[in-house]
Amino acid sequence: MDFTLSKEHEMARTLFRDFAQNEVKPLAQEVDETEQFPKETVEKMKKLGFLGIPIPKEYGGQGCDSLTYAMCVEELAKVCGTTSVIVSAHTSLGAEPIRKFGTEEQKQKYLVPLANGTKLGAFGLTEPGAGTDAAGQQTKAVLDGDEYIINGSKIFITNGKEADIYVIFAMTDKSKGTKGISAFIIEKGTPGFTFGTKEKKMGIRGSATYELIFTDCRIPKENLLGKEGKGFGIAMTTLDGGRIGIASQALGLAAGALDATVAYVKERKQFGRSIAKFQNTQFQLADMATKVEAARALVYRAAIAKDTQKRYSVEAAMAKLYAAEVAMEVTTKAVQLHGGYGYTREYDVERMMRDAKITEIYEGTSEVQRMVISGSLL
Amino acid sequence: MKIIVCIKQVPDTNEVKLDPVTGTLIRDGVPSIINPDDKAGLEAALSLKDSLGAEVSVITMGPPQADAVLREAMAMGADNAYLVTDRAFGGADTLATSTTLAAALRKIDYDLIITGRQAIDGDTAQVGPQISEHLDIPNVSYAEDIKVEGNTVIVKRQYEDRYHTVKVQMPCLVTALGEMNTPRYMTPGGIYDAYKVKKVTVWGRSDLEVADGEIGLKGSPTKVAQSFPKSVKPAGQKVTLDADEAADYIIEKLKEKYVL
Repeated sequence: MDFTLSKEHEMARTLFRDFAQNEVKPLAQEVDETEQFPKETVEKMKKLGFLGIPIPKEYGGQGCDSLTYAMCVEELAKVCGTTSVIVSAHTSLGAEPIRKFGTEEQKQKYLVPLANGTKLGAFGLTEPGAGTDAAGQQTKAVLDGDEYIINGSKIFITNGKEADIYVIFAMTDKSKGTKGISAFIIEKGTPGFTFGTKEKKMGIRGSATYELIFTDCRIPKENLLGKEGKGFGIAMTTLDGGRIGIASQALGLAAGALDATVAYVKERKQFGRSIAKFQNTQFQLADMATKVEAARALVYRAAIAKDTQKRYSVEAAMAKLYAAEVAMEVTTKAVQLHGGYGYTREYDVERMMRDAKITEIYEGTSEVQRMVISGSLL
Repeated sequence: MKIIVCIKQVPDTNEVKLDPVTGTLIRDGVPSIINPDDKAGLEAALSLKDSLGAEVSVITMGPPQADAVLREAMAMGADNAYLVTDRAFGGADTLATSTTLAAALRKIDYDLIITGRQAIDGDTAQVGPQISEHLDIPNVSYAEDIKVEGNTVIVKRQYEDRYHTVKVQMPCLVTALGEMNTPRYMTPGGIYDAYKVKKVTVWGRSDLEVADGEIGLKGSPTKVAQSFPKSVKPAGQKVTLDADEAADYIIEKLKEKYVL
């Protein structure tokens, strides 16, 4: 067993870190404050291939492994939760199901532009009445000749309105329950496909989170992803991968908060000395660093498992559960160690704590991860 | 067109810290980087590749771990890489280094050789021009812009108060200034290729046609009279203030130091 990273992974981390520090960090506070989707950063990431890291080169991607992708999301999240989730939702939820389940024609038409970054991707599963209970889908798809007619709505969709290509789920046969759910690829601009209100969120405020509305939206039947009735499996498989992306985001938020806190406690003076000299500070930092490292081990293991194992649901669930809870705990401690300053928007840890909360909720709540993990034990 | 860029692995002097007790430089754990002027030269070569089409090779002389800077250059877009490494080349001054590199360069086809102006760990600015002498090709140093027209290179050559535009026939050598451009980032797929697809050609002593007396310590006429660490200032304190507050802050600091 070898825990050392290969030279190419070390070099990739250097690249992601340099990019995050130089291009992303300077905008993070403004992106949060203004709730503006960071279009220019996405454009830069597109040029560098960050939007197709684990996609094979023959489909316009970078041909790297899942660990490289996880490290990219981690390094982005260290400085900006918003930017990291844009990459994660696009790659894991938008592109990956097409790579895994798409026909060759669908891959050429949709995966290639997603992987080379000319188009942005998103994923629509959640509905007002179907959150953790994803089987409660109300959106319907009815085959009419050569077209499916989609009716319904999806909520809390990351990259909503900004994305060009959406993988969405709808009931093709309500009587079959989860076996009646199918997956579809829908392009922005398709008549009958509109956007509802933009969510006002606690954190990751620059990421565009929208409601998707389908009103007699007709799509060619070639846009069925996988077979009819196989949508639930496609959604669950996609979320296994997505969880590695969110686990990486959570890891990055925790690691970024730790970095910021280490720097702060060395500068901040109370009672005539830097607060780094106090044992409480030292012990808090020790606990934070240990948990960040444990989270990293789980996240990297899950990323490697995705490429080497047939199933990696449990590894992904453990990584996401632990990393998300560590993100919340470490960012909260980071704010505490910053004292009153940490509660102000002048310091990054305030934003990081708000950003961290969502990692315990989206792409499967912590409770869902516990269900997945315990399900494998019992 | 075939372009060769000579690069050097150097310690990142921005990351060098001072030992607070002894006052000496702490080199342990300091990351190694492509020398900044060389990296600008590489960017110039890659830009020419983008606009005109060119095969870009990189070459370095150094210890085996200098492989890392060649991989980085390939991850940025260089096509080929050559590592000139042997204990026999150790202890070389600029003359022995340029002699060894020239021997290696004679084995590769080129139209244009680009080197950095100087390396941040030596600051001599001698190796580039010396290589051009060994190869008997024209040299234009201190380039702040490089263009190619047909078989000629047009270089904007920097002086303190002006610049010259020099037109030179290829094959030739140009030394690049770090200020010339902002080097591109690597790409994830480029990194993958640099390690998994592309190869670094390694040349040792026996691969080069050069006399024993011209390489390594023996081939180095430079005698170092005295060596001392460069005085390095510790990292400054960064404050973010608006203009008026910043002015007050600076005045206060200058008073603290009895400058005012």
